Amino acid sequence: MTILALDWGFIIEKLIMIAIVVFASLGIALYTTFGERKVAAILQDRPGPSRAGPFGLLQPLADGLKLIMKEEIIPNAASKWLFILGPGLAMTASLMTCAVIPWGSAVDVFGRHVELQIADVNIGILYVFAVVSMGVYGIMIGGWASNNKFSLMSALRAASQAISYELAMGLALIALLMTTGSLSLKTIVEQQVQGHWWNVVYQPLGFLIFFITAMAECNRTPFDLPEAENELNFGYHQEYSSMKLGFYLFAEYINMIMSSAIMACMYFGGYDLPFFNEASVAPNVAALIGLGTLLIKIVLFIFLFMWIRWTIPRFRYDQLMGLGWKTLIPLALFNMLLTGAVILAKL
Amino acid sequence: MQALTNKAQAVNRKPMTLLERLYLINIIKGMLITFSHMFKKQPTIRYPEEKREFSPVFRGLHVLNRDEEGRERCTACGLCAVACPAEAITMEAAERVEGEESLYREEKYAAKYEINMLRCIFCGLCEDACPKDAIYLSETFAPANYTRKGFIYGKTDLLIPNPLTEAGAFAEAKGVEA
Repeated sequence: MTILALDWGFIIEKLIMIAIVVFASLGIALYTTFGERKVAAILQDRPGPSRAGPFGLLQPLADGLKLIMKEEIIPNAASKWLFILGPGLAMTASLMTCAVIPWGSAVDVFGRHVELQIADVNIGILYVFAVVSMGVYGIMIGGWASNNKFSLMSALRAASQAISYELAMGLALIALLMTTGSLSLKTIVEQQVQGHWWNVVYQPLGFLIFFITAMAECNRTPFDLPEAENELNFGYHQEYSSMKLGFYLFAEYINMIMSSAIMACMYFGGYDLPFFNEASVAPNVAALIGLGTLLIKIVLFIFLFMWIRWTIPRFRYDQLMGLGWKTLIPLALFNMLLTGAVILAKL
Repeated sequence: MQALTNKAQAVNRKPMTLLERLYLINIIKGMLITFSHMFKKQPTIRYPEEKREFSPVFRGLHVLNRDEEGRERCTACGLCAVACPAEAITMEAAERVEGEESLYREEKYAAKYEINMLRCIFCGLCEDACPKDAIYLSETFAPANYTRKGFIYGKTDLLIPNPLTEAGAFAEAKGVEA
């Protein structure tokens, strides 16, 4: 009988939200590729894409169209289903992350109280970790199914990199979770909205470790060893063409957006606008201001990612492993101990 | 070993300090450098809208000249073809007949005059060789084409507009001569 008691409004509300978030992420990812090229150009004293539309704003649409229209090639020696599964998995995993991100507080629409979050899971961060770890399967399966030595090498690199850096990432997060006492992203953000300081003030070292590992998880330069153009020939997506390649590239950008969103939520107050009293305006307006604030924080993080990408050269493989295992993990453990000691001392 | 020159620089092999080994400060320094480039002037010339000025001695596409009365100066003597190191110029001479005095300056003229722009090396030796001041190199370069044949420029492509009938176009073509 529980089926009859279902709140259909709730389901429709969530479906609409899912649609908005997924399509918005895709749209933002589309324009992040444009932003990437523009930022790269400006940092290198070039104008960047400027032909398609005003300021080149239609460039990503043209790129997308080009990707769709290209010939779809599946190599003879590839294992066909895995080859198709790879990019799909990469895309799914990166899009699934957005389910637990609180995009804003709550708005009242047509008398309904709508939380601007698809699902407030009480183990939100664990969920993010689980999904992010799945993302590496997309790369691994793609690299394996291509039946190409370079792709396989790249898949191996991606897997070992993801595993080594997830460890440090988790350890850095544990320190944060010790101070917040909750795994729900919503609760963590609310604590920062109510409290005086953002978490980055309490956890600067933790944030630094998280940021570095997030960059490695997204396969961004300086940690873009899986795709290393000059040694691995674009690595795991070498054999891919058309929209399958597009899915891999998009997944990378969506990963970047999602990790920016998670960093903004966990360390930089999420939708909290500093020095602004949310109670002074109508709740709907406050929620929209919060949404805008979060988006601005995400954009700033993405810019930081790009800025780093166009400044620092790629790590060597042994340096990458050395940094992960010999520096970041001990640092994260130290940070954890320090946090624990401070919490104990305060009790 | 004795140094051959005094240009050798001793390599600094002192071990890195802790701050240097932390790497972060140097990363931030590098990022500040790239950030400063955001405010630098771009040297880009946006081509079709903006064109780069050529130097006055630039040697571009050839132009077959006319005199003040609009008559072709070329007498098809073939000195340019002889001078051409790339053998890009071919011509066929013809004799001027009665009634063509307003078209050709001398009794002999070039009935066919072709320059293969793919062979041409734009050295300007034809310009130097010409005793009649009939050919010179302008400041434009050969535009792209779809076929090899399209790069063989005939008289219609090379002749300067007539100063009597198309004075404006002539002045424009003359202007790029500099």
